[in-house]
Amino acid sequence: MKLSGAEIVVECLKREGVDTIFGYPGGAVLQIYDAIFQQSHFKHYLVRHEQAALHAASGYARVSGKCGVALVTSGPGATNAVTGLADALADSTPLVCFSGQVTSALIGNDAFQEADVVGITRSATKHNFLVKRAEDLALIIRQAFHIATTGRPGPVLIDIPKDVSINICEFVWPEAVNMRSYQPVTQGHPGQIKKAVKAMLACQRPVIYSGGGIMNSVGSAALLRELSHSLNAPVTNTLMGLGGIPYDDPHFLGMLGMHGTYEANMAVSHCDLLVAVGSRFDDRVTGKLEAFAPDAKIIHIDIDPSSISKNIHAHLPIVGDVGVVLKQILEEIARKNGAPNADALALWWEQIAEWRAVDSLHFEQLPDAPIKPQRVIQAVHEITHGNAVVATDVGQHQMWAAQHYGFRKPHRWVTSGGLGTMGYGLPAGMGAQIAVPDERVVVFTGDASIQMCIQELATMYQYRLPIIIIILNNAYMGMVRQWQEMFYESRYSQSYFDSLPDFVKLAEAYRGTGLKVDHIEQLDSVLEQAFAIKNERFVLVDVAVSKEENVYPMVPAGAALNEMVLS
Amino acid sequence: MRHTITVLVENEFGVLTRVAGLFSARGYNIESLNVAPIQDKTVSRMTIVTRGDERAIEQIKKQLNKLIPVIKVDDISHTVHLEREMLLVKVAASPESYNALLELADSFGAKVVDDHIDSHMILELTGKAQQLDEFLSRLSDFDVTAMTRTGPVGMRRDAKGFNLD
Repeated sequence: MKLSGAEIVVECLKREGVDTIFGYPGGAVLQIYDAIFQQSHFKHYLVRHEQAALHAASGYARVSGKCGVALVTSGPGATNAVTGLADALADSTPLVCFSGQVTSALIGNDAFQEADVVGITRSATKHNFLVKRAEDLALIIRQAFHIATTGRPGPVLIDIPKDVSINICEFVWPEAVNMRSYQPVTQGHPGQIKKAVKAMLACQRPVIYSGGGIMNSVGSAALLRELSHSLNAPVTNTLMGLGGIPYDDPHFLGMLGMHGTYEANMAVSHCDLLVAVGSRFDDRVTGKLEAFAPDAKIIHIDIDPSSISKNIHAHLPIVGDVGVVLKQILEEIARKNGAPNADALALWWEQIAEWRAVDSLHFEQLPDAPIKPQRVIQAVHEITHGNAVVATDVGQHQMWAAQHYGFRKPHRWVTSGGLGTMGYGLPAGMGAQIAVPDERVVVFTGDASIQMCIQELATMYQYRLPIIIIILNNAYMGMVRQWQEMFYESRYSQSYFDSLPDFVKLAEAYRGTGLKVDHIEQLDSVLEQAFAIKNERFVLVDVAVSKEENVYPMVPAGAALNEMVLS
Repeated sequence: MRHTITVLVENEFGVLTRVAGLFSARGYNIESLNVAPIQDKTVSRMTIVTRGDERAIEQIKKQLNKLIPVIKVDDISHTVHLEREMLLVKVAASPESYNALLELADSFGAKVVDDHIDSHMILELTGKAQQLDEFLSRLSDFDVTAMTRTGPVGMRRDAKGFNLD
């Protein structure tokens, strides 16, 4: 069958099982948009800025477990997408992004809307391609999906010159992808598995520290929980790993790291065995490297060999898919009929109970006092019973949501961890809602973050996405202000907004519902009202929260995990 | 510590930039980099000379392996191996200096590629980096007008091959 390059793109997306793509048209991709117009295999969602296309694809991917797909035009379309690519690279989110490019003959001539997109995105993608001939398209698209979704997942960009999308050639679908230079390992080394199990059964003070890898290996959360229960070992999650174990599981210690709980950070600092599962010892997790888990033997399970012993030396590395490796470990425990050291663990849990008693996330909401942002998160948890899909932007509201929402399941928490991208929340929430149309999606954001992609309210209205957006409005860039208070003697340099828009009117201008909460006694009733609206439109709730509330506990940058500031 | 790393890569557009970009993005030192296709024209072989402690070198190898078009990485530093480099040097020549230059070239086994007694000579020398350094230092008595070196290429001395399987 003879197809144009643009038709090949559509045909390949169909064969890859893609049902949703996010994009924004422009000159260099008109041919592809014309082919999209004439097909019915997948739905295209029109965003209002290319950055949002990538974030929406990311939210969609994280909640659905599928590969996110975006389509942008050449030049500014592609440069706008760069932040979304870098975000997906840092958080290992599987994405394929198609960008248009000027006609081959014009490449390098400083043509209209030309940019060296393969050059610009080289370090913001797992891999990228410039397609030189329509004949190469099908194989490249097949490889792109393979690379994006296997190994450590990540974003892949395919740059398609306009003439390549117009040219006609015979369509050949490569049935299998086999790349000699790319063969990720999924099975853990059996010898290492044996050694790991031996260490797990011999230790006295274990901690399992799991990250976003649990989300990328679909189904592995149940295995993580099984391992924790069979070893009677506590589990702490990274920001990206929240939902890896239910928040109310007695083995869960909460998040660790800079804004982690006292019990999680103390347990990591005092454990004798640390089992890292799909986590990468990020600096926000470890604090001062020399003081991190100083007495622990470290087992590190990760699919990316370059994450192992990068920041912290792993005594026992296991390269493989975390789901596959966890299964191997559980089988080995069963084979050995092994049981952990009950006496030692009883003492360990006693110690953990003491740390828990500190109640490091405690806050007090007084009746006539300003609204505590933590209380808002808690109230939303109560209304949604911890079952909502929660997307956030970046900053204080993000940390409070991580600390106080309480997740029951994996794939319900959509946040920008590695890159820390303000502006992520609204579009990622859209992608999430599109992935699970029948579920409740809540976006927690701040008065600063929301303005970085606020144009997406128009997209939400267009597609009738009934998302609840909650602004924790303190009229500051809260996290910047907190650092300025703590480390710059309260010189609030450029972190204050004295020209915030009226968010309620803004929501209405974008044809959603806008609600305002100024006093604590209104909070529950307004939230109830918001969650009861059933008109398929978004609801924005602007909550005026206590202006100078700080996120605690906090490990100051560069300090050791056990040097937490509690209040 | 100096390390010599040989790498097999897909011989495709942009691979060199990916490798060079990796070193600059992650702040690794790169002393020299040499690349050319092998007998199988779909594959190129690189020789990279870099410096770093064991941990940095370990990361460099892992990060190289992580690049999609990289097929194989081998750090040959701790193996019995050889390294060779080629130098081309252009020296001003005159009837007065001509014989001394010929003699010096001969004593190092350098080839005279171009020979103009009243203008200039071009000499070619292949050897270990240290030999090239010595040769250049002896040439400092003359008027060197241009020089270029390839940077080392390296190979294990044992019978083991370095190919796709």
